[in-house]
Amino acid sequence: MADILVISEQRRGVLSPVVSEAIGAARELAAQKSGKVLVAVVGNDPSAFTPQLSLAGVDEIIEVALNTPEFQSDIYEEAVLALINERKPAVVLLPHSIDSLGYAPALAVKGNFGFTTDVFGVRYEGDDLVAARQAYQEKAHVELDFPGKSTVVLTVRGGSFKAPEEAGSPSVTAFAAPATAGRTTHVAFHDPEASAGEDLTAAEFILSIGRGVADEDNVAQFEELAAALNFSLGCSRPIADNGWLPKYRQVGQSGKTVSACKVYIAMGISGSVQHLAGMKHVPNIIAINKDPEASILSVARYGIVGDMFEIANELRSQLS
Amino acid sequence: MKILVPVKQVEILDEDFEIHDDGRRVDSDYIEHELNEWDDYSWETALQLMEKHEGAVEAIPMTVGPDGADDVLRKCLAKGGERAIRVWDDAMEGSDPIAIARVIAAVAKREDVKLVLAGTQSTDHGYGQTGIATAALLGWPHVAVVSELDYTPGSEKATVRRELEGGVEEEIEVPLPAVLTIQLGINEPRYASLRGIKQAKSKEIEEVSPQDLGIPANEIGEAGSAARVRRMYVPERGKAELIVGTPAEQAKRLIEIVNELKGA
Repeated sequence: MADILVISEQRRGVLSPVVSEAIGAARELAAQKSGKVLVAVVGNDPSAFTPQLSLAGVDEIIEVALNTPEFQSDIYEEAVLALINERKPAVVLLPHSIDSLGYAPALAVKGNFGFTTDVFGVRYEGDDLVAARQAYQEKAHVELDFPGKSTVVLTVRGGSFKAPEEAGSPSVTAFAAPATAGRTTHVAFHDPEASAGEDLTAAEFILSIGRGVADEDNVAQFEELAAALNFSLGCSRPIADNGWLPKYRQVGQSGKTVSACKVYIAMGISGSVQHLAGMKHVPNIIAINKDPEASILSVARYGIVGDMFEIANELRSQLS
Repeated sequence: MKILVPVKQVEILDEDFEIHDDGRRVDSDYIEHELNEWDDYSWETALQLMEKHEGAVEAIPMTVGPDGADDVLRKCLAKGGERAIRVWDDAMEGSDPIAIARVIAAVAKREDVKLVLAGTQSTDHGYGQTGIATAALLGWPHVAVVSELDYTPGSEKATVRRELEGGVEEEIEVPLPAVLTIQLGINEPRYASLRGIKQAKSKEIEEVSPQDLGIPANEIGEAGSAARVRRMYVPERGKAELIVGTPAEQAKRLIEIVNELKGA
């Protein structure tokens, strides 16, 4: 028997959607080994999330009440470690996220667990657990195993597993986490500068620019082009880091996920894993890049291999 | 006080790369190396602290890798710092980030550093594990994905900002010694001067083995790892339908496509 334990994640009262996806992955794994699916709801008011996570296939919800309103690495680490040691699951699944980057490796070290991150596939081959992840900006995929490890901790990539749609009726129990003093202190959240009403997550048509823009002075012509197309303007990380466009226009893992987008034109964006995380689900991606090997062309529906400035000039003159 | 900056020599693949016959890695004929992008930012963070508090802070870059990895240390030293440390032994082959972290933690102890500034993740594998695993091995507080750092030498704590989703940041106080993993964009990494590049050639790179650091053989390599590569393969990649022609023709077709999609 091999139980699968999913650890929840929330921020400022909002549950991460990847938790339900991890439950989907847990369900398939548990079925392979006739184990149970356990979901630990971790936070200062765990019962608030119990209804949302009572999904089909979940056998037990374990409410873990913590004395911290928001994520704190030491408190999460100690609570989850104690829970794993008590329940001894074969696999522990967490969202691959900013928070798990902040404590999952420490958890793995302290428990001497098998461990890997950013997993998009997982299965048993006989008795061996096999996890799949990317390497070299998606140019290769890697399958990992965990010899000699009776518990394996995996962080799972958002959008890789299907969340169960039906509700279930799991039993609900409580786990008393050990009292831990967090060594770091939360001071404040800082929200990004206001986006003047523009919300990329709601935009249906987006033109995004990346490193290919090369110079701050070149940004304005793409603002004009986006306006001429009646598209919203987005960008990849380096453009926001340079301060050439405000942070709220950044698409990707550390920016916006463009959930409502129908057409995404990527100009001069090579397509790092981090950028793709925010837009590769868009049904119609049109990529313009001078490099025929750019990763963006492998997720795009249409591609132009060429100079983004030449194409932009043509587009502007034909649209005017 | 000392700041240790573990940097990684990442692998860049040639366009026509092939998987090695063992099916577990890329054939080394198709691999080039460079300094991990994140580590450019963590090293710059350390250099800025060293310059701001001249004489009070020493920044030391280190790496885990064979002879060739000296290149990335020289690249760091060309921008500043006086010495670097490279740890290697063939027994390190097959090490995952957890095993690498054992080496970094051992160097941090030996050097009695107050701060470890690691990159959040690497461009080649993107595990995002090494820094925080190092913190756990040292038993130190840690913050991942740091986008701002404010520290005054002599102070018992640093104030940092952690980059959350969608541009939100969390301000956190962290007591020292600590490990921070640094996010892109925390600063603007400088370029090395020609003089700096020349000077770096004569700066000291100390070569150390895991044995020298007292790390048992079963804590490095595959034996000391939390995961093992079973198979590496080239995934089926999607291919965009290419729009060909002159730029004018390409632009015309693109507008047609956009109009069709907007109408749909």
